[in-house]
This record gives sequence, C-alpha cells and structure tokens, in this order.
Amino acid sequence: MAGPRPDTAKVSVLGVRHHGPGSARAVRAALAELEPDIVLIEGPPEADAITSLVGGLQPPVALLVHLSDTPKAGTVRSREGWGFWPFASFSPEWAALVHAHGRGVPVRFCDLPAAHTLAERIARAEAAESAPEEEPEAVDQAPKETPRVRADPLGVLAEAAGYDDAERWWDDVVEQRGDGEPSPFPAIADAMAAVRADSGPEAGRDARREAYMRQTLRSVLKEGYQRVAVVCGAWHAPALRDLADYRIKDDTALLRGLPKVRTTATWVPWTHGRLAAASGYGAGVRAPGWYHHLFTAPDLPVHRWLTEAARILRQEGQPVSSSHVIEGVRLAESLAVLRGRPLAGIDEVSEAVTAVLCEGEQTRAALVHGRMAVGERLGSVPPDTPMVPLQRDLVAAQRRLRLKPEAFERDLDLDLRKDGQRERSVLLHRLRLLGVEWGVPRASGGVARGTFRESWRLCWDPDMDVALIEAAPWGTTVASAATARAVESAADAELPALTALTEQCLFAELGEALPEVLARLTDRAATDSDITHLMSALPPLARAARYGDVRGTDGARLRTVARRLLARVCVGLAPAVRGLDDDAAAVFTRAIDSTHHAAGLLGEGTQDWTEALEALARRENVPGRIAGRANRILADAGRTGPEELRARLGLAMSPGTEPTRAAVWLEGFLQGSGLVLVHDERLLELVDTWLLGLSEDRFTAVLPLLRRTFGAFGGPERQEIGEAVARADGGAAAPPRTRRPIDTGRAAPAVAAVTALLERSGG
Amino acid sequence: MTTSAAAPNGDLRSGSALRPHAEQTYAAELEALAKADDRQRPPGWHLSPWAVTRYLLGATLDDGTEITPKYIGSRRVVEIAVATLATDRALLLLGVPGTAKTWLSEHLAAAVSGDSTLLVQGTAGTSEEAVRYGWNYARLLAEGPSEAALVPSPVMTAMARGSIGRIEELTRMPSDVQDGLITVLSEKALPVAELGIEVQARRGFNIIATANDRDRGVNDLSSALRRRFNTVVLPVPDSAEDEVRIVTQRVEQLGRSLDLPEVPTSLTEIQRVVTVFRELRSGVTEDSTTRVKSPSGTLSTAEAISVITNGIALAAHFGDGRLRPADVAAGIQGAVVQDRVSDGVVWREYLETVAREREGWGDFYRACREVGA
Repeated sequence: MAGPRPDTAKVSVLGVRHHGPGSARAVRAALAELEPDIVLIEGPPEADAITSLVGGLQPPVALLVHLSDTPKAGTVRSREGWGFWPFASFSPEWAALVHAHGRGVPVRFCDLPAAHTLAERIARAEAAESAPEEEPEAVDQAPKETPRVRADPLGVLAEAAGYDDAERWWDDVVEQRGDGEPSPFPAIADAMAAVRADSGPEAGRDARREAYMRQTLRSVLKEGYQRVAVVCGAWHAPALRDLADYRIKDDTALLRGLPKVRTTATWVPWTHGRLAAASGYGAGVRAPGWYHHLFTAPDLPVHRWLTEAARILRQEGQPVSSSHVIEGVRLAESLAVLRGRPLAGIDEVSEAVTAVLCEGEQTRAALVHGRMAVGERLGSVPPDTPMVPLQRDLVAAQRRLRLKPEAFERDLDLDLRKDGQRERSVLLHRLRLLGVEWGVPRASGGVARGTFRESWRLCWDPDMDVALIEAAPWGTTVASAATARAVESAADAELPALTALTEQCLFAELGEALPEVLARLTDRAATDSDITHLMSALPPLARAARYGDVRGTDGARLRTVARRLLARVCVGLAPAVRGLDDDAAAVFTRAIDSTHHAAGLLGEGTQDWTEALEALARRENVPGRIAGRANRILADAGRTGPEELRARLGLAMSPGTEPTRAAVWLEGFLQGSGLVLVHDERLLELVDTWLLGLSEDRFTAVLPLLRRTFGAFGGPERQEIGEAVARADGGAAAPPRTRRPIDTGRAAPAVAAVTALLERSGG
Repeated sequence: MTTSAAAPNGDLRSGSALRPHAEQTYAAELEALAKADDRQRPPGWHLSPWAVTRYLLGATLDDGTEITPKYIGSRRVVEIAVATLATDRALLLLGVPGTAKTWLSEHLAAAVSGDSTLLVQGTAGTSEEAVRYGWNYARLLAEGPSEAALVPSPVMTAMARGSIGRIEELTRMPSDVQDGLITVLSEKALPVAELGIEVQARRGFNIIATANDRDRGVNDLSSALRRRFNTVVLPVPDSAEDEVRIVTQRVEQLGRSLDLPEVPTSLTEIQRVVTVFRELRSGVTEDSTTRVKSPSGTLSTAEAISVITNGIALAAHFGDGRLRPADVAAGIQGAVVQDRVSDGVVWREYLETVAREREGWGDFYRACREVGA
C-alpha cells in the first residue's frame, strides 16, 4: 500500500493507566484543550455501534462482548466465549467517552477486535481440555482476560525512582495530581519509550494489538480527520505516537489470517466490588472507592476522606470528634512524609483511621475501611440496551421447555420423574438463585426432597429482565451464571444459609458449584459454636445424601460432610444443653429428634450419636425434657433395655425430684406417642405411683403439663392408656389382656403386600 | 539516672548493671546513625524520624555500620509509631502480653531522645505523685514549699528536658491518676499550685504508654484521655519462623536467669507448642486446610514461652532430662483451656481433628489425652 505519509502532527496520544483517577482528570483536561475531531479508545471495536448509549449509562458499567450464537451450556465456548471491559467514573476511557458524547465527537474503539481475542482464547482452552487430564480446575479458574505476560514497565520506572511498589509510584506521580497541572502525557510517552527501548519490540498478542491500533489510526487519518486523540494504556503510547516508524506492510502481515468468531457487544451494569477483583483491563483496582473519591473530590482528598470516615463511625454510634479527624489528617500526612510520598495515599489514610479515629479497634476500622475503600455502587444501563446472552439463553430454554413468560399468575405442577418436567424445575430453581423469582414454590406442595412432586406459581414481571441484565456478569448461560452466583454467595454465608444453599444447588443441579459450597460449609461448621446451627444444618444434608440419587447427584461427598457435621454435633451436645430453660429445651428437643432422624438416614456414625445421647440420658444437670427425650429415643432404638428404662423412669419420677421437672421429663419422654406406657405396664405403674404420691398443690401445679402431654395423643391412644390404668387399678382381678387369634389365611395377602413395599423401598 | 531528690547512695549504683538500658547497649549504633543522618530532625529529637525507623527495623549504613533490628515484625507498626511521635501526639501501644510493647517503647525513647529511663510503672498502687510531682517532706517541713523541696516525677522531668516519658501498663493505674495526664497531654504544662509556678514542656516532649488489652480488671481509659493518644495495636508475630526464634531466645535467657538445670532445648517441642498456639489463635491449621475453633485465652508468645520453661523445669526435676511431649502437655492444656466448658470443647476438637492425624504427633496426642482432655 503506497500513498502519501499520513500527517500525524495533530495526533495526540494520551497514555493512561486504566482506572486511574489522575489519568482520568488529565484526559479530561487534555481533551478539553485539544478539542479533537475524533477520539480513539483502547477497547474492542465491536462496541463502536453502541457508543451512542453512553448518555444513558450510569457508571460503573462494563462492555460485554460475547459470541453471537448461544453456545451449549458446559462447553468451552460457553465458558470462554465472552469478555468484560469495565469502566468506572474515574476511568480515563470513560472520561474520554463522556467528553466525546457531550461534544458530539465520533468515538472509535481501536484495540484488536474481541472476535480474534475470543477465538484465540477458545482455541487455547479447547487445546487445554483435550490435553490429557491437566488439572481441570486450573482451566475453570483461568482468568477471564488473558494475563499480560511482559516485564512490568511501571516496575522498571518505579525502581528507578526508588519505589518498591509500581502502583504506588504511579499513584504518587500521576494519579494523585490535581486539576490545573500541566499535561503529563508527553512525559509518560517518553518514559515508556525509554523502557520499551530496553525491553525490545513487542511480540505475540501485544504486537498484534498495537498493529491493529495503528491500522485504525491510519484509516481514521485517511478518512480526513486531523485532530485525533488516542486514549490507550501508557505502555502502548510510544507505539502509536511514533506511527511513522512502523511500516504498514508489517502491520498488515501481523494481522493476516487471525482466527475469528462472530461476536456481539452490549453494556451491562457493573459494581465497584467487581472492579476490585481482577477483571477486564488487566489488573483489578485495589480500592475503587478511594479512586472514585480522588476523582470526585474537588480538593483536600485526605481531609474529606477522614471526615467521611468519621461520619460513618458516628452513624455506627461511635463518638468521633473533629479533633480526631484533625489528628488523623496530621498522622496521615506525617506518615506520608516519613515514607517520602508527596501526598497521603490509601495506606496512610487507612492507618490514620485505625490509629486515631478508631483508637486502635481493628475490627471497627476494617469495617469502615472496607466499606469506604470499595465504596460499593451499582451502575445502570438504559432499557434499550441490546440483550445480554443470559437473556437469550433463557429465551432459548423457555422455548425448548415450552414455558412461556406470562404476566399473570399460573400454577404449575411438576413430576420430577419425567425428564422434561424435571428440567423445568431445574430452570426455575436456577433462576431463583439468580434473583429472578419467576416461579415461586407453593407452600402447600412443599419442596421436600425425596418426593417427586413440585408445585410452582409462575408470574413474569418486566423487572425480571432488569434482574437478568444485572446478573449478566455472572455468566452467559443460566447454568453458568447460577453456578458462579451460588459460589460467590457461599463465600460469606452463615451456616444455616449455607445448608439451604446446598439444597438449592441440588435442586438446581449445579454440580459444579457444589464442591465449593460444601467446602465453605465444612469451614463454617468448624468455626460455628452454636450447636443448634449445626443440628439444623444436618437434616437437609442427610436427606440430600440419602435421596441424592433420585436426581442423579453424587452422594459420597455430601455424606462425608454430613458425617463430619454429625461428629461435631456429638462432641458439642453435652455442654450445649446445660442451663437451657424449658422453652429453649423444647426447641432443642425438636433439634435432637431431627438430628436423630438424620443420623438414621446417614446410616453411619450413628454409634457416636447414640453414645452422645446415652451420656445425655444419664446426666443429672440436663433439662428434664431433653433427658426424657433422649431416654425415649434410646429405648425406641433398643439401646436401653426395659429394666434399665424402668430404673431411669423411676429415678426421674421419684419423690426427690422436683415435680415440674418430672412432668417435663415425662413430656419429653412421651412426645409423639404414649403407647410405650401401654406396652410396658411397669412403666405405667411407676408413673401412676408418682402421680398418687404428689401432694395436692403439687398435683395442681403439674396438672396443666400432664394435660398438655397426654392431650397431644390421639383419641384411641388415650383410650388404650386409660384402659391400661383401669386394668392396673383392678389389680389381679382384671382379666388378662386377650388378643383375638390371627387368621393367618386372611392376613397373608396383606403381609405379602407390605413385604413387597418394604423390598421395593430398599429398606 | 533517676531524678529523685534523695541523694543516691553510691553503693546503690556501683557494680555493672544486670541489664543495661537500650541507649547504653546500642550507644555505638545510635552514634553512627546520628552521624549519617542528614534529614531534618523535629525539635528536641536526637535523630530524624527516618533514622529512628532504621534504628528499630535494622539497616546497614553507608559507612558499613550494621544496625541490628530491634523489632522483628511489621514495618507499618514502627512507621505509625514514629510518625505519631513526630506529630507530638502521645503514643499508646496496645497488645496482648508478650508482643514487645515495652521493648518497642524503650527503644523508641532511646532513639528519639537518647534516654529511655523516664519511666512510670503503672500498678494499682501508683499514686498521683508518680505522674505529677511529690515533696521531700523533711525539706518541706524545714523550709516550707520551695522548688528545692519539690520531687519531680519522671513525666515532669521529661517535660522539663524535652524528652520522651514512658508509662508502662497505663490501664493498671487508678483512673484518677490516669486522668492527671490529660492536662499534661493537652496543655503540655504541669502547674504546681503550691508554688504558683508551672512547668511547661519543652519541644521534644512526648509520652509513650503501653497497655494490655486482654487483661481483666484493668481501668479503662476515659475517652478524654484516650483521644489524646494515637493507638497502635502490636500484632502477634507474623510467621512461625519468627515466633519460634523469639520463643527459643527467650527460653534460653529465662533458663539462665532462673538457674534451671541444663536441659537440651528440643526444637521439635518448641515448634510444636508454637504451632499449636498459632493454629488455635488464627483458627486455621498452618497448611490452611482445616479450620479450628479459637479458645477464649490469648495464647500469646509469652504464654508459649512459659509453657516451654515450665516443661523444661518438669523435665529437669522429674523427667529424664529431655523435654518430652508429656512435659508440655499439661502446660499447654492449662494455657488453652481457660474456661472449662467452652475451651474444653475447643481443645478436644483440636486434638481429635488435627493433632490425632498429624504425623509425628502421636506421643503428643496420647500425652494430652492422658492429662485428661
């Protein structure tokens, strides 16, 4: 390609650090002064078509570029076929976008198209996948953006300036500058050129990216634009500034024959929290809240920051005076001097918050600092933003499963044994995990595991589209997004929430999220000292482990976790029941019942559990209700022989025991069913003797308790007990209990049917 | 060195000190630093803040002088402490026992004002005279109130000289005595009403106080006093290596000063005690695979030291002269289980889930079980 050399005299290259507030200020000032005809920004050119939406966006937002077709869930393409380019209000790229939008100046993105980037990434991931068993987890957790492999250019400069931390050097030199200082960009480009001269020419992906940026610049110049402003990473600045040093032929050669996929771009809302994690443009931002503050505060950033911290502390009820703030500012500034920094940075202010404002209270300081450093805020996008892949995936699923989104309520009953219906249930559960409450389980139906029926009430609300867009950063398909969401919400959930989440993961068939959630669950179980939490966490797990195979989930790992939980419950059981009042004991008794049931479902580790119960049954200072219950469970399980049981009941019902304690003991013992008294007349006799031995006022005191105990039984049961008492009263004269002889012939079909049922249930 | 007006008896001062002060031990280092230090010094300071941090954290000077590190741990802590003193705010060092609070305060005072001896030890019996001034009663009766009859406290002396005054265990002092410091810290002046004069602090004066934040039965600082301090919380040692080193050093020193019979120090046992303490303190095993509960006690390095010393005494007098797991088992359980019920559960869980399966810990596990978990 021959032609006149383009005129680069009016091209300004603004080398920035992505998400640097000082860079953003400088870009804003430089653009206002340059008044360019066109602005080029480092970013995927797929987004050129949607820059018109900038006016309606509220940062932080992110550009999402994804494959145009919807890849099948679980494949490499669904995992790797997308990328984010986040922008915060303090990103220089955003400053450039806003400037261009405000002045009606055209904007183009000039980085290598995501079509190539994604194609490369997919190819690489597929190669890794087909390679023989190469730590599949590492592939899963590979960063969404290709890491930049390169000698850290800032590190070289920072070292030359005597800094050990490149970020801090850049912060001091560029980011913490105020308005009105001279443009730093020529100096930055010169510095980078010096470093690049040492490190040699770029190779691989970066060489291709720079070639593409130059090609874009050339074509823009060719179109007749003259005053061109390019906003790109500082590292690339020399490569664009010295456009004439690069030959068109070389650049075209570099870009020839790149793999390509079809892509689409859209905007999604982003958060400061996600900005803080590494994603998008290279490294994450350590303290987006601080940067946002640096960008928005007109002056005195340290003073304003500490005043804000004091305000937050006061809201939390801490007395923090203005003199605290004054001393905090002084400490931050003298620390900066001691460390040889021009201005106090995030480290200095956080130390001032700890040492002065919080008077050394580190947990409080961490709270304030964490909140302010991230400065959580959620961006928003206008409704006419193109659909995100998650929405498209849902639409496809709705079509496949023949579930129409309708704005009125509709009930849906599902039979989970049928594949199609089970898939519907899975979809609804996944959406719930994403915060899209399209279907709500109907209470009457119940969602108990182990049953195969589910009842839902469906109603689609337009807000749910917004929720889907907000959920877009989690993933491109409902399955992958729900997995990511579950994993993340597991990170800071409490124990009961975690078990619920485990169950949700099972319902939603999120096998990939399960190991992570279970790992968190084990951690929490180890540190949670409230044993009732552990006990309430156990039954869902045990159910899942026992009936897991109904939905085809792997029960072994669940079983291990459940067994460990049970072991911890066993160790902590005895100390936990000390000093409970009767209401608390009643709650605890129910927890013991459900744990016992769960232990039975697990089938293993029950030995320890019954031993723990045994210890409880014998101890003196255990609340009566719990002791009674423990004895009953052991008796039902055949662990306590009739003789022993009589001895214990006798002890509990003896005159030395406080009658109210005896009554609640009895209530715990008889909870559920009183037939044990009918079958063992000696027990009944013991209770009878105890009752008769009570003085009148004592009797009146315990009467309501006894009424409550026996009132809970069914009519026939009460009648049987009554008859047994009457028999006992009649003494030896009462006719021995006669049973009608059983007609084995007539009973045979019933016995056969029951046997068949038992065999079928595997019992 | 003290400024007590009672003429010190020569006999009391003769002989070599058992433990020389920091500024005596490290006189050579301080001198070399002062010579090399070309940065600006705050008024009344012997060194610049930058040189003080170098003195504490260790460095090699241009002339080849090796400055030994005095504080092994976070650079941040030292920097905040020095910056605080440079802004003439009082410094409060807070931490569990055995986190080198006193050590740091002594060296800070030595480096900043070349004198670490202006010290008030806070106890329940510390009286107001100890932080303000007292009287030489013989003189007072004979001559009436006069400056000659005044006995200045270390704090008053520090004010007059413009150097650092140190207060140990501030929270152990009665509250009214603590509050006597408020005027000193806010007005930087100490009036002597009886004489109608006041002592104004010269530039360079400051207070370093230490306090223990885990002790029971201490007098909490009033918020008026509290807000005149910048508070630095000293952390427990960062790495296991550091902690083992600190424990080994201290155990040796203690063993010598207590004249315990020689027992070969068993590094394995020290490492084990440090590991148990660290794991229980942080709530996660050193390999970060298993979480454990943390007990209510502090489990400081100082307690680890006492467990080992105790174990050595047991081994020497009743054992076979070697430090065995059984010698430390009882001590360690005593340190961990402060509350019989809740800590008992913690300790048993730790033994069953962590100690039991760890390789080479069989003896230790059995010994602990024997002690009666």
